[in-house]
Amino acid sequence: MLPLFAALVAASTALLIFAGGLVTSTGSGLSVPDWPNTYGWFMWAFPVSKMVGGIFYEHLHRLVASTVGFLIVVLAIWLARVEPRRWVRRLGYLALGAVITQGILGGITVLWYLPDAVSIAHASLAQIVFCLTTTIALVTSHGWKVGYGQLPTSNVQLPRDFTLERIAIITTVVIFTQIVIGATMRHTGAGLAIPDFPLAFGHLIPPHWDPKIAIHFAHRVGAATVALLILATTAHVFFHQGRRAELRRPSILLLVLLALQITLGALTVLSQKQFLINSLHVVNGALVLVTSLVLTLRVHRARFAGSATHGAFVPRDPAYAESRTAWTRRGARA
Amino acid sequence: MTRLSLAACAAAALLVACGGGNQNQNQQSSVPASSGAAAPSAPAAPGVDPATAATVTGKVKFEGTAPAPQPIKLSSDPYCQKANPGLMTETEVVGKDGALGNVFIYVKDGLGNRTFPAPATPVVLDQKGCHYTPHVFGIQVGQPLQIVNSDDTLHNVHGLPKANKEFNQGQPIQGMKMTHTFSTKEVMIPFKCDVHGWMNAWIGVLDHPYYAVTSADGSFSLKGLPPGTYTIEAWHEKLGTQTQTVTVAEKESKDVQFTFKG
Repeated sequence: MLPLFAALVAASTALLIFAGGLVTSTGSGLSVPDWPNTYGWFMWAFPVSKMVGGIFYEHLHRLVASTVGFLIVVLAIWLARVEPRRWVRRLGYLALGAVITQGILGGITVLWYLPDAVSIAHASLAQIVFCLTTTIALVTSHGWKVGYGQLPTSNVQLPRDFTLERIAIITTVVIFTQIVIGATMRHTGAGLAIPDFPLAFGHLIPPHWDPKIAIHFAHRVGAATVALLILATTAHVFFHQGRRAELRRPSILLLVLLALQITLGALTVLSQKQFLINSLHVVNGALVLVTSLVLTLRVHRARFAGSATHGAFVPRDPAYAESRTAWTRRGARA
Repeated sequence: MTRLSLAACAAAALLVACGGGNQNQNQQSSVPASSGAAAPSAPAAPGVDPATAATVTGKVKFEGTAPAPQPIKLSSDPYCQKANPGLMTETEVVGKDGALGNVFIYVKDGLGNRTFPAPATPVVLDQKGCHYTPHVFGIQVGQPLQIVNSDDTLHNVHGLPKANKEFNQGQPIQGMKMTHTFSTKEVMIPFKCDVHGWMNAWIGVLDHPYYAVTSADGSFSLKGLPPGTYTIEAWHEKLGTQTQTVTVAEKESKDVQFTFKG
């Protein structure tokens, strides 16, 4: 049940990012001036009939956020009670801390009238929360626990693909950086600073510059960089690790999401930031990030072997002892 | 671990779902107020001799092909759709013979060190039919601005000044009023309702009473001016600004024309 619940939490985080994207894309961030209340009502008591105009998006975002916050609380408690690996339990606490911080940032940005720095931090931390919930979902999954059949044994040490390990990490870090640049672009109103696509004012390089054009152009350069890195990573997987389904599948998904993301980015500009396209671009960017993260973690799976032996763990749940024994018998070591 | 979990749960619950406040916390008055127009140029400010006061009048024209007002899509709020189904954009209000309305005209320079006390009479900004009335208006530093919600729907009043302090106040109940004053002169301050993205207004905050907004026929009048030489600026939300220098003698009335090209 825990892996399924963790996956649900990760999916709900993606939904939350989409809801947040809708708020920014519709310019509704300040349509509810107070926080944590909504026009003086307790959040969950606010009448649905009054969710009109921008309030619909902002209040919906708050409701989804509080639901995800609650789910992460449950997840952290669940992990604390049944998870034998200390680092996984810590991931749960980290996700909880991150989502609480995220809630505070969300409140501050409303009360301080959307200062760019706070809004960008809010958007960036959302990606980290999504990465954390996705990581928890991944490392609690059955496939991860059994090591995708790739774990080294006492007799056989599997050769590591150092090139793939490095390029996967670089790709994930660059995607995250690209998302932060994208958030900066959105929150500084630079989304249409270059109004044409794929050229910039009819040129490859913008013929004139200002801070907004620079941010926008940086996002385009970032997109090209991310595309090249994803192509390099996935090509390496296909040519050198093509038999490993746990790497091949996220690679294929990554390519699909990349194509979709570039299309959505182009359409965002060409449609003059149509709010739905814009929001889908935001959430799809997050999906690109976590897919790359999953690929990276799976590439590095062998390095996690044996980590369960670190850190004493005494389960409080009596029912856990039996399940843990059974799990250990299956050979799961991390 | 249980204690830690409970503490974490309590902290998160507080953050994500606390509240329970009074839904009327923003309400300052439930009595609906009548809508008011922008304060016109005063007849003669204190300290200015009415016997010698001069007047600057004029017209503002639009030259070119005026864009037709566009219907505003109100479907995001059923109340607005019902209350004001024919609402149109008012960015460029061009009347007969190119008369340009909603242009803010004011004395930008030339009053020297004269000071003018702020009137106690409030200027009223009404939210009626999901629309700000007036769309462009002026006020003096320290003069109360009364903002009224005449609609049976929620509005937020979001002022986005640069020199003054930004504010964002919710008015969820019909008839609610709030009063705001500005501490520094600033031309112009945009107002918007984030609930209804089409709602916007502009306010010019000055430290004197010599300002006006062109009417539908493009005319304006700045009365009660002390004799002198003034820089008069015309501001339009989309077409920008223009300035002219005018000198008026005692009791003189001078005509000034502005033409904005589209």
